[in-house]
Parts: sequence; structure tokens; C-alpha cells
Amino acid sequence: MFRILKQSLKTGVITETPPDLADAELERIGVELRRTIEARLGRSLAIRQVDAGSCNACELEIHALNNAYYDVERFGVRFVASPRHADALLVTGPVSRHMEMALRRTWRATPAPKFVIAAGSCACTGGEFGVSYASCGAVENVIPVDVKIPGCPPSPLDLLKGLLGALRV
Amino acid sequence: MTGAERIRRFDWLSEYLARLEDEHVIAQHGDALALPPAHRLELDPEDWAPAAKVAAGMGLRHAGLWADCLDDAASTEEGPCIRVQACLEYGGDYLVLQTEVPMSRPLLASQATSYPGVARLERHAHDLTGLELTGQPDGRRWTRHQAWPEDRFPLRSDFPRAGETPGRTPADADYAFTRVQGTGVYEIPVGPVHAGIIEPGHFRFHAMGEDVLQLEERLGYVHKGIEKLAVGRDPAALARLAGRLSGDSSVAHAWAACQAMERATDCIVPPRALALRGLMAERERIANHLGDIGAICNDVGFAFAQVQCARLRELWQRRSLALFGHRLMMDAVVPGGVACDLTDKAIEELQRDHAQMKVAIEPVFDVVEDHPSLDDRLMSTGVLSEADARQLGCTGYVGKASGQGFDLRRDTPYAPYDAVAMDAPLMTEGDVAARVTVRMAEVRNSLRWMDRLLKVLPGGALAVDLPPAEEGAMGLGAIDGWRGEILCFVRFGADGRIARYFPRDPSWFTWPALERLILGNIVPDFPVCNKSVNGSYSGEDL
Ligand code: SF4
Repeated sequence: MFRILKQSLKTGVITETPPDLADAELERIGVELRRTIEARLGRSLAIRQVDAGSCNACELEIHALNNAYYDVERFGVRFVASPRHADALLVTGPVSRHMEMALRRTWRATPAPKFVIAAGSCACTGGEFGVSYASCGAVENVIPVDVKIPGCPPSPLDLLKGLLGALRV
Repeated sequence: MTGAERIRRFDWLSEYLARLEDEHVIAQHGDALALPPAHRLELDPEDWAPAAKVAAGMGLRHAGLWADCLDDAASTEEGPCIRVQACLEYGGDYLVLQTEVPMSRPLLASQATSYPGVARLERHAHDLTGLELTGQPDGRRWTRHQAWPEDRFPLRSDFPRAGETPGRTPADADYAFTRVQGTGVYEIPVGPVHAGIIEPGHFRFHAMGEDVLQLEERLGYVHKGIEKLAVGRDPAALARLAGRLSGDSSVAHAWAACQAMERATDCIVPPRALALRGLMAERERIANHLGDIGAICNDVGFAFAQVQCARLRELWQRRSLALFGHRLMMDAVVPGGVACDLTDKAIEELQRDHAQMKVAIEPVFDVVEDHPSLDDRLMSTGVLSEADARQLGCTGYVGKASGQGFDLRRDTPYAPYDAVAMDAPLMTEGDVAARVTVRMAEVRNSLRWMDRLLKVLPGGALAVDLPPAEEGAMGLGAIDGWRGEILCFVRFGADGRIARYFPRDPSWFTWPALERLILGNIVPDFPVCNKSVNGSYSGEDL
């Protein structure tokens, strides 16, 4: 127990210490995001992430949003386990044809009004994989997309900016 | 390594050949030049299964199997055929068995009866090339869902890259899962869309009370046609694709693909480039281990480790961006070398970074190594027996936690690991705790190794042009990624373009291990067991 307390205290609150420019920007975007979410949705934005065929690097960066540096939950952004609890779908990857139906069904299970955010170059354009016998390419080829966040993979900061954009559409 | 040592290393080969002869199996042709550093043996198709049986009897590890359709205009004189290659390993030496079956009658006996770990690779080969494996213990399709019909095979040259069935792809509803029946037995279907931020796949549990009686995995959901997309690419474009096969192993897969292409073209890669590749591969390993150690602890409700490890991982990734140009170092490995360099100042920065990381991990690892509530959840959970790990051919931390010590960096050292030696941990408990302990040891080893490497970092060029590839030239890449041994087969076609690319991620062997190690555990322990193995979906679905 003491070891844990010691380490936690020693680490301190890293979230609010902007060590460089990027973090200052993060703070600014985050606060703005928070305001927009409050105005648009009341209190929070519930996101269901769907990997529709990604190489898994996009997932790694979405995960990073939850680390203590970005701590995206403080802005009211939550990742939920079911599309039925979600305001938005965050979709990564080109949509593989084997995931096509699962993605459609997830979209149908999400209550309206709903946003769809395509995250990563693959989700935006098909990226390195494009359209083929195995891939439908961009997410918008399968379900309507509101916002695109390009990048291979998009950095956590790009993702935050994109979420902000999503709420403004 | 000197030539004499190399020959001595293959001392088991004559024994293998002798045993084959006892079984009346004659190797048609053997050579050490077609796929170095592997030896290659050409066999008649009818000798395919006996050769595997003899190999299994001698304790050789099966490192994977792939099929290559030779059916374009310029195919062999005997007409279109499917060439099948299987890679075996013993004592760090690789042996590639090769045979060819006519496209008109592509029948070959399965090796999965001797090596259950290759069953899915065989099913994959069937779904993509039409190779019929007789005697396969599991005749069901694997990678194919509903995106193409049963009698069409994407890797044949008459199959268009764009496919033949436009319109919506239906869900894969009629896959015949194995049933367990009996009073009180119930089924839990999970996925393909999972509850967390993870890749898609389907798990079918049969449970009684809380105990798992059977787990069956159904993957293939993120099949993107990577092998087909590779056909016709130039080397640089193949490296880019390989770096996106499994994003968490971007460096390792890109390196394996480049190594295969470089071996096929006898390219001499500058030592500085090789050293930088090694450095990046170890950075990739540390980033993933840190993320996973935290996530494993989090899966049993121990958020402290998760927060601390995620913090260290983030700092690590930021440094990768600053010094290697990308948070995951994508596209930094290119054919013939690397696309980034380290200035003297950057090297100093890295050394400082490593020193800080060494200090920073200790208080966290110290807690993870020895904390009563973690011990309670992780020890004796998800045990993979040594016998199962050996039989399935597990490498990486899954193998090392279950008595399988093989580590390419130590046992078949390629540059830069030939000059700066790498140590590898070994445990036998086989539980989640052992896999965590192995990963912590690997983080420490890699940190030490990187410092030793930086002290002797060679100067010189960063890349050379890849020499033009002859048509038909083949190369075999073998790289120790953070998940374990990655194999990569490349064959060049005309104009220096890729005709066949097959990357074999270590997950092919650890996914089946998960089905075994979960037995008898409770359903709520599945997430932590799964995370401790962390197979790649994308890397296997291709
Ligand atoms: S955008 Fe890049 S990182 Fe994301 S899934 Fe596609 S290839 Fe992977």
C-alpha cells in the first residue's frame, strides 16, 4: 500500500502540468470541447468505438486518449460498451467486407440523433487498403459519416480536435 | 558467425534426412542458397505428411506454412501449380520443406495431424488458394466468411483484386461451431464487436456455472486481402503495407518484409541502418509491454499499474515521434535501410531517456511483481502447459512463460543482435503472472541492450538502393517482434514487383493457445487471460 501511495504521490497530477506546447493546446481544445458538449448534449458525449478493419494502430492512439496526459473523460467524453448507450460511433479502419454487416448493425443499434466519426486515413478514404474483394474502403461507403479525422494513425491530439469538430457539425 | 559454425549448427539435418529415408521419403533436391539462412528441401507431394511426422518425432518446431499459386502466364513448364512451403526450426536453424501440386488437382495431405498449431494456417491456405488438405482434422473454412464464394480463391491470378461479388456482404451466420451439450451447459457468444476499444473477432464460450468448458475463436473479421494487395507492389510499397499489417508491430513486420526482400536481392544493408532497426524494434517492444502490463492489471481492477504504465508509454511514444518521426515509428524501416537518423544530440537524449525509464519502471514493476491482490488474481490463472506451448509452437512471451525459450535474437542472431547479444527470460509456470513477469524482464533486457548498442552504434550510410530483383527470386525474413517470431516470405515477379507476400505473425500459434489455457478458468477471467496473450487479429486475419 505504501509503495503505491508513494509512487502515486511522487508522480503527482501530470494531467494539469502542461510540459510543452502540445499540452497547452490540448488543454485549450479540451475546455472548448467540454463547452460544446455541454451546449449540444447537456453533459457528456458517449462514444462507442468500432474497429471495422483497422490495423490496430488507430486503436492504440484512441486508447492513449484515456491516459493521464489527455484524460479525455474530464471533458465529458466517455467510451461506452454498447452502441445503445452511445451518442457517437468512432469508426476505424477500412470497412472489411467481413465487418460490413456488423458495422451496419452497430449503427442501427445506436439511438438517434447520432454522429459517426471516421478516425484514421483508412476510415476516411480507404487508406493503404482501399476498395478490394475484401474491403469496402472508407466508412462512408457503408454508413453515413459526419466527421473525418485523417492521420495514420491520427495522434491523440488530432482525435481530440476531431471530436470537437464532430460536435460542431 | 563463421562458416564452420554454421555447418555445425545444422548437425541435426543429416539425422533428419536419415530418418526420412527410413520412412522411404526422399528429398528430391536440397539447397542452402534459395532461401538463406534456411535450408530448403524439395519433396514429392505424397511425402509431405510423413516428413512432418518425422520432424515432429525429432522435436522440430513447425514455424508455419503457406501456399503460393504459380498460375500466371510465365508459370512452370508442367503447367499451373500451387507451391507449398513449410518452415521448421530446430536449435535456431531453419529448414523449409517445399512441394508442388498441380492446380488441376491441388491435393496435399495435412501436416496438422502432426502439428496442430498449423491447422489454421492450412485452412487459410485453402480459403485463399484452393489447396485441398486431405486428412485435415478441421475441414471448416477459416479466413473466408461471405465476401467470396466457396469455389473461388483470391490468390489465384484469375481472381480480380476488386472481387467478383459487388453489393453488400451478408453476415457469416452459418459457421458450424463445435457444440458442448449436457445439463447446465450454456453458450455465450461474444463479438465480433467487443465492448472495449479492441479489434473485432468472435468468441464462443461453453460454460457450466462460471467454469469455461470450451472456448472457440472465430476470427477473419478484419481480413483486408493484404496478400492480394501485395501482388504487383514495388518494394517500398510492400514495406508500407507490411508496416500496417498489425500496427502495434509496425517496425517488426516492416523489418521482416524488408529483410526478406533484401535477402532475395542479396542487398547489403548498412550496419548503421540495421542498428537503428534494432533500436526501433526494441522501442516497439517496450511500448507494447508497458501498455499490456498496465492493461492486464487493469483487467483485474488494479488501476494503479494501468495509470502508471500508460503514463510511461505515452512519454515513450512522444520520444519516438521526436526522434524517429512517428509515434509508432511507422514507415521508418524501408527496403535497403531506414528513413531516419539519430544525431549525436539525439543519442544523448535517448541515453538519458533510457536511464530515466530504468528508474521509472522499478517502483511500478516492484508493485506488480509482488502485491497480494494481484498475485491472487494472476497466479495460477490461465495456465498454458509446457506441452501445449511446445505442441502449438508458441514463441515470444507466451512461449517463454511456458518453458519455450526460443528467441530469434539470441538463437539465430541477425544484425545487430549478432554483435550486441540479447538475453531472454524463461519461466515454466505458464500462468498470467508468468507472462507478465517475462514481459517485465524483456523490458529490462531491452533497456540494457539499447544502451549497449548506442555505445557501439556504427556510423555510415542509412540506406542503399535495393538491387533489382530477378524474376522468381525468393526471400525468407525472420524477425523477433515483441509478440515473438515473425516469418515473412516474399517472391518477386516480373519488373521487380512482388508476386507473393506472406507474413506469418506469431499470433497464429498463440490464438490456439488461448483456447487451451482458458479451460477450467472462470468466464470473468477471460479478459485478463486474453490480454496476457494479446494475439493480433489484424496480423492473423490478413
Ligand atoms: S489509418 Fe493507419 S493506423 Fe489507422 S487503421 Fe489505417 S493503416 Fe492502421
